[in-house]
Amino acid sequence: MQDMNVVIAGAAGEGVQTVGDILAHTISAQGYAAFTWQEYESRIRGGQNSYSIRIGEKPQNAPLLPADVLLALNEGAVKKYEPLLKEEGTLLAQNQLRERMIAIPFVEIAEEELGDKIYADTIAVGALVGVLGIDPDTLKQVLVEKFRRKGNEVVESNLSAAEEGYRRATQGCKDMCPWKLPRRGGRYYLISGNEAIPLAAAFAGCRFIAAYPMTPSTGIITYLAREEELLGVFAEQAEDEIAAVNMALGASYAGARAMTATSGGGFALMVEGVSLAGMTETPLVIVLAQRPGPATGLPTRTAQGELLFAINAGHGEFPKLVLAPSNPYDAFHKIVKAFNLADKYQMPVIVLTDHFLADSQFSVSDFDLGTAGPGFYLADPQEIRDYKRYRLTEHGISPRLYPGQSEHLVGVDSDEHDEEGHITEDLGATVRAMVQKRLAKIDGLKKEISLPEEISVNDVDTVLVGWGSSRGALLEGLSLLKQEGKKAGMIHFTELWPLPEFTFPEGKTYITVESNATGQLARLLRSEYDVSFQGTINRYDGLPLTGEYIRSYFNEYYG
Amino acid sequence: MSTMDDYHNNVEIQWCPGCPNFGILQAFKKALVELNRAPHEVCMVSGIGQAAKLPHYLRCNFFNGLHGRTLPVALGVHVANPKLNTIVVTGDGDCYGEGGNHFIHTLRRNPDITVVVHNNEIYALTKGQASPTTPRGERRMLQFGGVELAPLNPLAIAILHGCGFVARGFAGNIEHLKGLLVEAISYRGFSYVDVIQPCITWGTHPVSWYRERIYTIGDDYDPGNREAALEKSMEWGERMPIGVIYKTPPAEVFAGRFRKAVGDRPLPELQPPGREKILELLSGFRAAEGSP
Repeated sequence: MQDMNVVIAGAAGEGVQTVGDILAHTISAQGYAAFTWQEYESRIRGGQNSYSIRIGEKPQNAPLLPADVLLALNEGAVKKYEPLLKEEGTLLAQNQLRERMIAIPFVEIAEEELGDKIYADTIAVGALVGVLGIDPDTLKQVLVEKFRRKGNEVVESNLSAAEEGYRRATQGCKDMCPWKLPRRGGRYYLISGNEAIPLAAAFAGCRFIAAYPMTPSTGIITYLAREEELLGVFAEQAEDEIAAVNMALGASYAGARAMTATSGGGFALMVEGVSLAGMTETPLVIVLAQRPGPATGLPTRTAQGELLFAINAGHGEFPKLVLAPSNPYDAFHKIVKAFNLADKYQMPVIVLTDHFLADSQFSVSDFDLGTAGPGFYLADPQEIRDYKRYRLTEHGISPRLYPGQSEHLVGVDSDEHDEEGHITEDLGATVRAMVQKRLAKIDGLKKEISLPEEISVNDVDTVLVGWGSSRGALLEGLSLLKQEGKKAGMIHFTELWPLPEFTFPEGKTYITVESNATGQLARLLRSEYDVSFQGTINRYDGLPLTGEYIRSYFNEYYG
Repeated sequence: MSTMDDYHNNVEIQWCPGCPNFGILQAFKKALVELNRAPHEVCMVSGIGQAAKLPHYLRCNFFNGLHGRTLPVALGVHVANPKLNTIVVTGDGDCYGEGGNHFIHTLRRNPDITVVVHNNEIYALTKGQASPTTPRGERRMLQFGGVELAPLNPLAIAILHGCGFVARGFAGNIEHLKGLLVEAISYRGFSYVDVIQPCITWGTHPVSWYRERIYTIGDDYDPGNREAALEKSMEWGERMPIGVIYKTPPAEVFAGRFRKAVGDRPLPELQPPGREKILELLSGFRAAEGSP
């Protein structure tokens, strides 16, 4: 089958997310690879939001814009999202607004036949399942699972609601529902970045998270707080981001793996703490979930605008690691790597995600943990006689103990310090040695960095260069261009600072693809690799990059 | 048994000769010896300012962090290892100015830590600007026409926000201050001691001016009475009380529920959830096998 796209649109509070989630899980349970992404306004009620579900036989984790089916929960949603509907697509709404559509008054039916408008959402999902030609039993199973804890009555009412929606839709379909999605054998994990990241953190041995709520990062601490006792990760909502980063540093100094998560504005407040982690050589993992700036920007939209900010964050010079995973599976592994390397090199690690990666649910065939696992680098106090927290070593890494671990005393300082952590003004010897010691860690760190992913680079003249969460869109862009007979390759970075030893092949046309206005990746790579770029495919309207966006932008400017 | 020598550190002290901070340092050492704590059982957290240098002059674990950020750091240390005696050493600028927000919210959390504020009513390290506790009208190095802001009453703030142990000491009365520190460190919950520490370089008044006005709270005072404590906290100027101003029976401390679930061992000693637990949680994101 060709991948298809279902869009559910409505006002905040109208059930867009509930309908979308239930349908996505039904599609997954039916054995198909679903990919979901949402775009919504920064408000609790009203506005117009959408939840898109891409359905395919194999995971294609990138957004499609044109809709095969549009469920619009109000007339405003019809107006706003109807342009996305393909000519032969099916519109499903409450009222008859045009000739070719299916009208089902969900709210009315819920109130009149089920006694509560709360069931409108389930009627709508039932209708979508009917339109898509999915076995209603699959939906029923998902509903039983979802509502089981709320008791039999709630389960039964939802099953009736689903049946009613299904019945009405199949009656109303006529020639408008050509789809059939018979049960397949596929079994996919349907998981978002903000779900994979906290699990990865716990797996990596994280014991402490402090954060201040900020979209799109909040899901991470929320998950860990909910599973606090099960996972043994202490979660605290700090009074501000400055407190959050300092709490995490305190816990980390005391030996607990610690993290925080925020978005651009909150990260700006944390930056002094990033520098403190660098100076005190305290391991720290920060997830920076990007959204468009400057300032408050677009709180619920996506961007890749903090690349250079993250790399340059913190006054003074010290080693840090910046990673930018491409999908939830990659995020899982990058988070484990982040904790391990933060510990090994005693430094801050920034993991760049964005609203798109944080919130979208990707289908993953096999969530293979591979050899990943926590690797701890604390020193053994019994092997040390005269302990100095900042002992000068060849590779710059000093043995790290935590306070109370033994009789050895552990002193750390934000001032320039001597080997014992005491304030120093010994400029000639001690200060120079300490600066060199900290920076010496970069040599080792560089060897840990993975190379970028390369696709068809040697066989083509034009190479699209991207980073982070846009990988899926890039891959789709390449295949759309290929369908037009245009050959392009890809170089995709997920480990961005320090950059790995890498050479861009000569004689190619390089174009970066980025969700920002100024081509930050191009600037970074130009300065580090002395490579020149012929152009940049930017997107900075708050929406995620798509294969189609890349294709048409490419054709307009570089084709 | 621990001794004064255990706490002696061979580090050059950068305070002005004759600074009352030396008295606070001495009181700390005496208190820790009286409590029979070994240096490795103590973790001092400080920020920036003259007070913040104290942990360098007393052998123990220490985290000398950023200006104003002592309390969040101490909170993290305390959660990670509740067995440590976590003591924050800070000043009026560090704790009430730069870190004012953290002061308010840490009071609300009630972590089992001790906070000692060297209150000299001035920014000393940056050469004599006004601090949040500088009296109104006082001319300072940046407030040429006199301070226009009302001074903060941090003791009243602490009492109002649920702090279970609020005391005021005087750097010029080492024995009395030692007693307060012993009681504060022994208290289970957030204990807070504001210490009058006249600045002999930038201060308006000499130590003797304070000595004439300071009096020790008598045995007839009931520190368990919140209203009386609030009244006492507002006594300032011609008469300055030192002693325990407010003390309540210990309440549930921060992270208590979490600690009941995971035990009281340092967090780095706990085993992370293993591969199987994570795979089990991950399987919740996957459609059930053989469905429907």
